[in-house]
Amino acid sequence: MTDSSESVAVSKEPEQVHGLLAEYETPQKLIAAARRIKEAGYSRWDSFSPFPVHGIDPAMGIRPTILPWIVFAAGLSGGTGALFFQWWTSTQDYPWIVSGKPFWSIPANIPITFELTVLAAALTCFAGMLILNKLPLPSHPLDRIRRFARVTNDRFFVLIQASDPKFDARQTSELLAATGPRGAVETVMEDTQSSNVVPRGVTFGLLILVSAAAVPFSLAALARVSTNTKPKFHIVPDMDFQQKYKPQRKNAFFEDQRAMRLDVAGTVAVGELKDDDHFYRGKLNGTFAKTFPPQIEISEQTMARGQDRFGIYCTPCHGVDGAGQGMVHQRARSLMQGTWVQPSDLHMEALRYKSVGELFEGISKGVRNMPGYARQIDPADRWAIVLYLRALQRSQAASLADLPEAERKGLE
Amino acid sequence: MAAVVDLPELQGDGTAGDAPATPKDYRVWQTDSGGDNPFAKITDTVIRIVETPKPPRAWYIAIAISLSWVGLLVLSLSRLFWEGIGIWGNMNPVGWGWDIVNFVFWVGIGHAGTLISAILFLLRQNWRTAINRAAEAMTIFAVICALIFPATHIGRPWLPYWMLPIPNQMDMWPQFRSPLDWDVFAVSTYFTVSLTFWFMGLIPDLASIRDRADTNGRRIVYGILAMGWRGSARQWHRYERAYLILAALSTPLVLSVHSVVSFDFATSQLPGWHATIFPPYFVAGAIFSGFAMVVTLLIPARQFFGLKNIIEIRHLEQMNKIILATGTMVGYAYAMEFFIAWYGASHYEQFTFINRAFGPYAWAYWTMVSCNVIFPQLFWFRKVRTNLGAMMVICVLVNVGMWFERFVIIATSLARDFLPAAWGYFVPTIWDFSTFLGTFGVFFTLFLLFCRFLPMVATAEVKAIHPAAHGH
Repeated sequence: MTDSSESVAVSKEPEQVHGLLAEYETPQKLIAAARRIKEAGYSRWDSFSPFPVHGIDPAMGIRPTILPWIVFAAGLSGGTGALFFQWWTSTQDYPWIVSGKPFWSIPANIPITFELTVLAAALTCFAGMLILNKLPLPSHPLDRIRRFARVTNDRFFVLIQASDPKFDARQTSELLAATGPRGAVETVMEDTQSSNVVPRGVTFGLLILVSAAAVPFSLAALARVSTNTKPKFHIVPDMDFQQKYKPQRKNAFFEDQRAMRLDVAGTVAVGELKDDDHFYRGKLNGTFAKTFPPQIEISEQTMARGQDRFGIYCTPCHGVDGAGQGMVHQRARSLMQGTWVQPSDLHMEALRYKSVGELFEGISKGVRNMPGYARQIDPADRWAIVLYLRALQRSQAASLADLPEAERKGLE
Repeated sequence: MAAVVDLPELQGDGTAGDAPATPKDYRVWQTDSGGDNPFAKITDTVIRIVETPKPPRAWYIAIAISLSWVGLLVLSLSRLFWEGIGIWGNMNPVGWGWDIVNFVFWVGIGHAGTLISAILFLLRQNWRTAINRAAEAMTIFAVICALIFPATHIGRPWLPYWMLPIPNQMDMWPQFRSPLDWDVFAVSTYFTVSLTFWFMGLIPDLASIRDRADTNGRRIVYGILAMGWRGSARQWHRYERAYLILAALSTPLVLSVHSVVSFDFATSQLPGWHATIFPPYFVAGAIFSGFAMVVTLLIPARQFFGLKNIIEIRHLEQMNKIILATGTMVGYAYAMEFFIAWYGASHYEQFTFINRAFGPYAWAYWTMVSCNVIFPQLFWFRKVRTNLGAMMVICVLVNVGMWFERFVIIATSLARDFLPAAWGYFVPTIWDFSTFLGTFGVFFTLFLLFCRFLPMVATAEVKAIHPAAHGH
């Protein structure tokens, strides 16, 4: 520089100067310069190169990054998290027996644990590299130095920041000039022209994106707190229309066109013979039996079984006391269902004097609105219900004479 | 702060040096290598491909063909979703047909990229820098092709999310102890990690494109992708460390992926599948087929895009040596399968292997053996190893053979299992062919787009191993 340029030295506010930049042609010159700057005691400075220059780390005094420790922690938590998640889902949240194996068998859980360890570590490694490097960094004062664009091609640079405590414009500039840079040492100004304000379009675009992203989550949240009588929405309703024949439908394949096939004439399916009229149909010689079939033991145990089955199948309509005031009836009444017919009171005369065979047939085949229960309750249990029903009827129509002598006294 | 800084040489307008005043001239200025600067030459050779307004005519022809194959895939998958997987040749007893064959084929091809980028990096094989970028890209595209099959071969293609542990209205979770679910985790982790690794490697080169850009569009798009990379030494330090860690993580990952794929077979009870040799045997086969695919892709790519000085014959020769080594390992595994069948004294297994070599699928078995074991042996000769035509033919044959390997393992074992009454013979349909060809369309389309719009070679890595970077 000539004397004249020194005489026109310009004074600037310190915050307007970002630093001083020097350019080098080879990595060797860069390393030599870095050594001198480090020896001079600077701390806020950096070098720039198109590729990682070997030997620059000790020359600049860059200390090892903590990134490996972050990645190690992430891998550890990824692995333990995966293992815990598999343990929780398969033993706590939804225990599920597969091939008779125990709920928890570690070797089979290792592959997924391993994969998630690697996944967590790798993603953390990448994100950690970006965050520690303060990337993405859209704007930098160096972007205004045009020749700096060659840093990603073939040139090497050193930048000493003005915020360095040792920074002195003249001395620093002389130090850089003495390291043999290519061309002049250049002053990098702070970017005071660009605005930090985010453009409106970007703000609104982001706002719209964020609100659009919230829609599915709000719908899901809404569905969790509200009730709906309509069936779930099916995107692909393929299960609703199945290619199969249902009973009572037409099937052109057979001559008689019945989809539901009858037994071949003269045959009986296994377990379908049921030739004991008394036990299976409650009949003796063509009329309703007045006695229980011999297979049914009249005992405390059968009575308890009958009460149990009665509680499951009969009480919803007939009520616990059999008076026809069950929960279903009460619900229908409260909804004021006009067509609802009250279930029979099991204690009415007509039922009290029916034979056990007739009661058995009523349960098996159904009465008026009541469906038949033959498919749901097996014959022995139906007889047990009849036995319990008899006792229940007796309980509501008992006279004093029915009580044992000892009990009678207390009531009189 | 009223302190005043005295600036002796103020040239804050950025005109110092030889930089041009307008961005329009940036590319020309950056191309000027200033004598014999090797770094600028490397940048220019690679980045120029992205900047040329017109790629070579061969590129247009190739992308037209591969896009028509993509159309075929769309057609095939539409018909598949409409009709169900009955349009394929899958049947009883061969319930796993070309869908699984193609899945294993594509996943296997992917392995070469990670091997080159991770394992060869850890082993300090510097020759890898010429080819690792393209090989990693190929990995990602191959895994995309592979994922098409498991996603579409489930009878209800709108429910693939059932494979993932997402809380749902059924309160159910995937079966984490099933090899098929291991597959879901292994392949998706592999894809994510490979993509991350690849993108991280791209960042410095994307910045090179940004800094050379003479159009606003290129500056903005590549500027966003480069995320403000400026090559600071403090950033390079963390970047290199992150690269090393990712390589170390990818190494066991790549070995695990094809091992897990082999578990799909090895953990079943079927003779011909139930073998402890499967994991290493599958991994060797995967590397074998992947390297063959890399050579197949790179020979035309270096030819048409002028990369002959960066991807040299000696690099391809190194690849061929690895193909020879892994091909021989695969041949050893084929022999070992027969030995184990004899030594294990299981009649069913003995029958399976005799049936494989001499039964109705003998034609497929011997195609596999000749393509995978016999032809690669020609690579013992240096002349064959360094001859572009010869290596192209052998590498295509290797991939034919590796496809047949998966077909032989899957079809012959299933077609004749324990019950002779249930034996069958697999015949593919036209839709099997069109779907498979369609995935090749996806693969080549993505690779051609990559060649056109992204730096095909990792320039920063090539520069770092150049003698000029070490002061020789």
